[in-house]
Amino acid sequence: MTDQTTTPGAGAASGAASDAVSITGVSRVFTGRRGESTVTALDGIDLTVSPGEFVSLIGPSGCGKSTLLRLIADLDQPTAGEIRIFGKTAKKARLDQEYGIAFQQAGLLPWRSVAANIELPLQLHGMAAAGRKARTAELLELVGLGDFGSKYPDQLSGGMQQRVAIARALAESPNLLLMDEPFGALDEMTRERMQNELVRICGETQAAVVFVTHSIPEAVFLSNRVVVMSPRPGRIQGILPVALGSSGQRGEGLREADGFFDAVSEVRELLHGAPAEAGARGVENR
Amino acid sequence: MRPQIGSARAVAAPLILGIGALLIWQLTVMALDIKPFVLPSPVSIFTQFIDNVPTVWAASVVTGTNALIGLIVGGIVGVVSAVIAALLPIIDELSAGLVAALSVIPIVALAPVLYTMFGAAEETARQIVAAIAVFVPVYLNSLRGLRQVRPVHRDLMRATAATPWQATRVVTLPTATPFVFTGLRIASSLAVISALIAEYFGGPVGGLGKSITSAASSSNYALAWAYVLGSIILGLLFYSATLALEKLASRHRPSA
Ligand SMILES: Nc1ncnc2c1ncn2[C@@H]1O[C@H](COP(=O)(O)OP(=O)(O)OP(=O)(O)O)[C@@H](O)[C@H]1O
Ligand SMILES: [Mg+2]
Repeated sequence: MTDQTTTPGAGAASGAASDAVSITGVSRVFTGRRGESTVTALDGIDLTVSPGEFVSLIGPSGCGKSTLLRLIADLDQPTAGEIRIFGKTAKKARLDQEYGIAFQQAGLLPWRSVAANIELPLQLHGMAAAGRKARTAELLELVGLGDFGSKYPDQLSGGMQQRVAIARALAESPNLLLMDEPFGALDEMTRERMQNELVRICGETQAAVVFVTHSIPEAVFLSNRVVVMSPRPGRIQGILPVALGSSGQRGEGLREADGFFDAVSEVRELLHGAPAEAGARGVENR
Repeated sequence: MRPQIGSARAVAAPLILGIGALLIWQLTVMALDIKPFVLPSPVSIFTQFIDNVPTVWAASVVTGTNALIGLIVGGIVGVVSAVIAALLPIIDELSAGLVAALSVIPIVALAPVLYTMFGAAEETARQIVAAIAVFVPVYLNSLRGLRQVRPVHRDLMRATAATPWQATRVVTLPTATPFVFTGLRIASSLAVISALIAEYFGGPVGGLGKSITSAASSSNYALAWAYVLGSIILGLLFYSATLALEKLASRHRPSA
């Protein structure tokens, strides 16, 4: 565990304007119906994500991972603190379509074909039909669903639906990809195959990724850094850099490497041991 | 192939029941020598129906046209009002009482008033009665449908920076479509019934309702029943057409 601001693999310079995501002192308090029963979902979150960097958020259920992702996506607003995406406010970044997002449920529109689902963002932003068609074909290939463009979501398996959702998130080649447990509902085998595909896709697109997961091996396999969170109130317990090579160098063999197991046990220690200990907090970035 | 057995049964069971009932009816009328003004036998009704196919058809066209116009107008007004009510909650709150009132008032009771308003020689009153009867279920079902948008789809629209109109067109309306057609299916029978009953209260002759009353008053009971048979067929036609539309609109629905 080292104090590290720069990203292994991404090699990006630090500095507010060039950060893909910069979160400073962010809190989110949910207020109950009549002012009673407030929940502090997030408290004093500081985190930066460099361009091209893959960052995983991991932590027990209810520690605010989804909330944090929704704040970055401007689907919800922080109670305090500031979020900047490529130097813009979260709202501006959303309106400028700086990010693509994949939700925990695939969230496909069941009345649209797979191709029509993927091209939805392009269509909404006024891309001409010919361009949409070419881009959709490209994306279908990318997620390995080349023959399924004319099928409907109810004709696909859960894993295939997730891949469609990922293709949709990638449609406009965003520089930032937000993913909330996209593989949560998949079996172990499909999951590992999807992880390999995601590593490949990220290598090809050079997008920064904020990835929410419950699986330690998944976080370690995919990430440049793993952010471990603790609940009530949602805080960052520690940030663990995983020096397992850039996305281009990650392969199936990595799952067997010693470094992989070391990183897995380090994350596990952070998750289970030493709650809110000074040393652990000290691992945070900056 | 279970579904096929199921659908064969679904057709055969009511068919056998229906034939059995007709048989008992026929035998009862013959055995007890029931007079036609009390209850004509199925055979005499059917004979009358066959003999009068052109007139029953003509009457069905008149009533069917009124019902169809009512269904279309009431359907469009219902859907548009539901969209407005979904966008502006204040409209919904203000109109809730009115819609509730409309749904308990027997709409055909308005027919005599409407005949004086629009002239007894016009079909307008009947079409309006049908349209009002159609409006209520279409409005209520559409409004329900417009509120079924899944949170993940709402997030998706926000995340893609869709304009309110884009979100309505791409997510809200398609989500509501099956509900709209369910409303139309329920309304289809109401349209036929209302258009037909409205004829009992006046207006021009020629429709099924008027034909039933005039056949009955001239003691031609089997013919009156033949017109009733025509009304049943018309109602079934409306129902199955809207049911088919509903099925079509709800394809690919049970999914993420
Ligand atoms: N809209 C909301 N209103 C009130 N409380 C909320 C809302 N959204 C989230 N919370 C609360 O905030 C806390 C964090 O929720 P969040 O969904 O971010 O957790 P999570 O880390 O994503 O959990 P999981 O791993 O189970 O998905 C929870 O205690 C939850 O009850
Ligand atoms: Mg969550």
